[in-house]
Amino acid sequence: MRRLPTPLIAGALIMLALLVCALAPDVVAPYDPIAFDYANLLQPPSGAHWFGTDQFGRDILSRTLAASTIDLQIAAFATLGPLVIGTVIGLLVGYVGGVTDMLFGRLVDLVVTFPFLVLVIAIVAVLGPGLSNMYIAVSIVGWVFYARLLRAEVLVLRQQDFVGACRVMGYGHLRIALRHILPNAARPIIVYWMTDMALAILLGSSLGYLGLGAQPPTAEWGVLIADGKNYFTQAWWITLFPGVALVLAGLGFSLIGDGLADLLDVKR
Amino acid sequence: MNRLGMVGLRLLQILPTLVLIGVVAFVLVRLLPGDPVSNMLGDHATDATIARLQAQMGLDQPIWVQFLLFVRHAVQGDFGDSIAYHVPVARLIAERLPVTITLAALATLIAIGLAVPLAFISAVNADRWPDYLIRAVFQVGLSSPIFYVGLLLLTVFAAALRWFPVGGYGEGIGDHLYHLFLPAVALALSFSAVIMRSLRASILAVLTAEFVDFARSKGLSQRIILLRHVLRNALISTVTLIGLHMGSLLGGAVITESVFAVPGVGRLMVESIFARDYTVIQALTMALAVVVSLTFLATDLVQMWLDPRAAK
Amino acid sequence: MSDTLLQVRDLAVTFETRRGRVQAVSGVDLSVRAGEIVGLVGESGSGKSVTLRALTRLLHANARISGQVIWRGEDVLALPENRLRAIRGREIAMIFQEPMTALNPVLSIGRQIDENLVAHGSLDQAGRRRRALELLDMVGIASAAQRLENFPHEFSGGQRQRAMIAIALAAEPRLLLADEPTTALDVTIQDQILKLLMNLSTGLGMAMVLVTHDLGVVAQSCDRVCVMYAGRVVERGSVEQVFGRPRHAYTDALLRTMPGFGPSSHTEGAARARLVPIEGQPPRLDRPILGCAFAPRCTHASAQCEVRPEMVDDGSGHEAACFAADALVAV
Repeated sequence: MRRLPTPLIAGALIMLALLVCALAPDVVAPYDPIAFDYANLLQPPSGAHWFGTDQFGRDILSRTLAASTIDLQIAAFATLGPLVIGTVIGLLVGYVGGVTDMLFGRLVDLVVTFPFLVLVIAIVAVLGPGLSNMYIAVSIVGWVFYARLLRAEVLVLRQQDFVGACRVMGYGHLRIALRHILPNAARPIIVYWMTDMALAILLGSSLGYLGLGAQPPTAEWGVLIADGKNYFTQAWWITLFPGVALVLAGLGFSLIGDGLADLLDVKR
Repeated sequence: MNRLGMVGLRLLQILPTLVLIGVVAFVLVRLLPGDPVSNMLGDHATDATIARLQAQMGLDQPIWVQFLLFVRHAVQGDFGDSIAYHVPVARLIAERLPVTITLAALATLIAIGLAVPLAFISAVNADRWPDYLIRAVFQVGLSSPIFYVGLLLLTVFAAALRWFPVGGYGEGIGDHLYHLFLPAVALALSFSAVIMRSLRASILAVLTAEFVDFARSKGLSQRIILLRHVLRNALISTVTLIGLHMGSLLGGAVITESVFAVPGVGRLMVESIFARDYTVIQALTMALAVVVSLTFLATDLVQMWLDPRAAK
Repeated sequence: MSDTLLQVRDLAVTFETRRGRVQAVSGVDLSVRAGEIVGLVGESGSGKSVTLRALTRLLHANARISGQVIWRGEDVLALPENRLRAIRGREIAMIFQEPMTALNPVLSIGRQIDENLVAHGSLDQAGRRRRALELLDMVGIASAAQRLENFPHEFSGGQRQRAMIAIALAAEPRLLLADEPTTALDVTIQDQILKLLMNLSTGLGMAMVLVTHDLGVVAQSCDRVCVMYAGRVVERGSVEQVFGRPRHAYTDALLRTMPGFGPSSHTEGAARARLVPIEGQPPRLDRPILGCAFAPRCTHASAQCEVRPEMVDDGSGHEAACFAADALVAV
């Protein structure tokens, strides 16, 4: 057994802490994240409110913790659609090849021409702002990157002896593709998935900040930062702390991605 | 084939892409649930207004006629009128696109200016403390959302230190660049992290190449070896990467412009979403895709210049 | 011909690797006189290329070099970086096995010659261009003026090797270190390049150290030869001495692997020696070797080989580190 890469351990520790917060925010949080407290408006960080309070006297620490639930949910849900669709199509395109593969190539060329965020924003604009529409928009575009990655792996594997052996033994295409090729082609996908979760959190919070993702009063880091942006001259803590959480979460996922790439020997 | 011919060929090659971009933009607006016109006009429009706008936009025609009309208008530079601004979309974009392109170009310069020297320091000191420090800082940069970096820069350099304006665009070229500096830095940070990662890896690979040993055996100075022999080869793959990330850079510009109130196409796009100004969104999506395909072309040309083997 | 240009004493190279320390070269003595061609032969991994690169400190940061490399009175291993740069290329130049990887793919051949002239001369631009044309002409590249603008990938394999020689010789070095200069080439071109190198050596009065695993190349071109095994020089002498009457069991075995070569082929009328491959593998260098490194593969090995034999001169300048030296000659 090889020693676990340091980035993997660091990333896993960050994610573990965030998961605890996300699963039980009300246990960890000192205050009710949505309770107004007019006696303590815009309080700087102190013993009572470690991260300070916002313009309604809400505790920033509690709100940041509450938001972790939504943001980790974004990381999971915004990548799940692309992962599943991309895996199916990548496997299909790589395995079948021919015209399908050529059409797929054209599609990839087209999709990379559009700025990803612009396309997602445009789709969200059509569907209407909100989290579930954001998931749909990301799935419409994001699967292409998974499919492209898997296709390349499948193309290589398809040529290898063990696949030929499976054919000789009379295995069906579905069985060969799912039981024999997919497990061997999965490593880059898993690594990319982790990195993509970091991107998804950044994207989700960016859309939240612009008012196109999670809608207030849902506590989401991007939304919290947008809330505080009008006060940044007098109350920097409203934006600072949710942002630190956001950076940590992104860091956690990308460190796990790097560590896994190292552990699974995936070149990027 | 000479280089001019190559440019012409590449320009021809992006034509089909342009057509497909048009199809995507066309389909996008047709995806709207319900009738686009009543969507645009909101709930209070009269039937007569709706019918007039429908006819004006050609929506009473069959879908393929609508597409051909759309293409014909697009070729003529006519993308319809903005519902919110009551001016031709083309004029709106023509006013705002240069702002965004300037921002993106400035950000690219800053990103490269940061990444190249730091990638060198990192690679030359591979697996020692300067390398670890630089990589750690860039790792954090890579995980920091642009709007957050932007707000932090605003808080520190605009609000507290008052070195830079809080936002806007100013008057005259010098003032423009002054106003765009902080937004460009915010936009450049994660981009430079991407460049630095890739460049560091290629420098490390090139440093072990035998032509570097040959250059050393000729008695060349370390500076010439690094700049002439190593950097140029390492840049080849990095230039491709820079080109591929132009899309995310323009996406990032949308966010940066909103944070810093820069009057570019990004801010226009976000405003248009809330104004339900679909003609603008459609045209902008298309315009940005065209800009990206042109930067792909530019990347190809730079690559040809850097790598004589690619010019074949 | 007697003045010694290069004197190497007790050269040792160790590499620090992730799996520990590797003793790639140890105890190497070597001398090169003006104008002569010295061959350095051995199997791959015998330390010949590492020795060659250690001479001008071209090894990477994980290498530790010790011993002395005396170049015209100065110890190269102790020189400051700027003084070393003045020797590299100007006095001691080097050419590599694979010109495709040793030439920078993005710089024209002219540029790669020019930078050498800039580093080591005071010629103006026009003068450097004249010199570059002269160099291409000298190595036998036709229509030199156009070829200067060409990039390495636009040359054929043999021409690339010629171009690399032109670059290396730009500053008229007194010693050329050639690392397997013909190995990557087609057989017919190998011969042309070797002849070119020999002619240049004679014409320019330039000494050469030729690293190769090809005994035929050594026999054809070298004045003297050093045979290396497991990081050490095991036999040294003139080509006639070493190839005609090998005094080391390894050299003997090596010569027997060559058809139409080897000791017995000298005997008129005798049946040609059969091709005898050497059994076994060279030893690993990441642990100390006690005794003679060749002993485990040697047909002449005896109990005394557990102690490493010293280099012994037979009185005619033919040295070998083998207990079976006299027995080998007697056969």
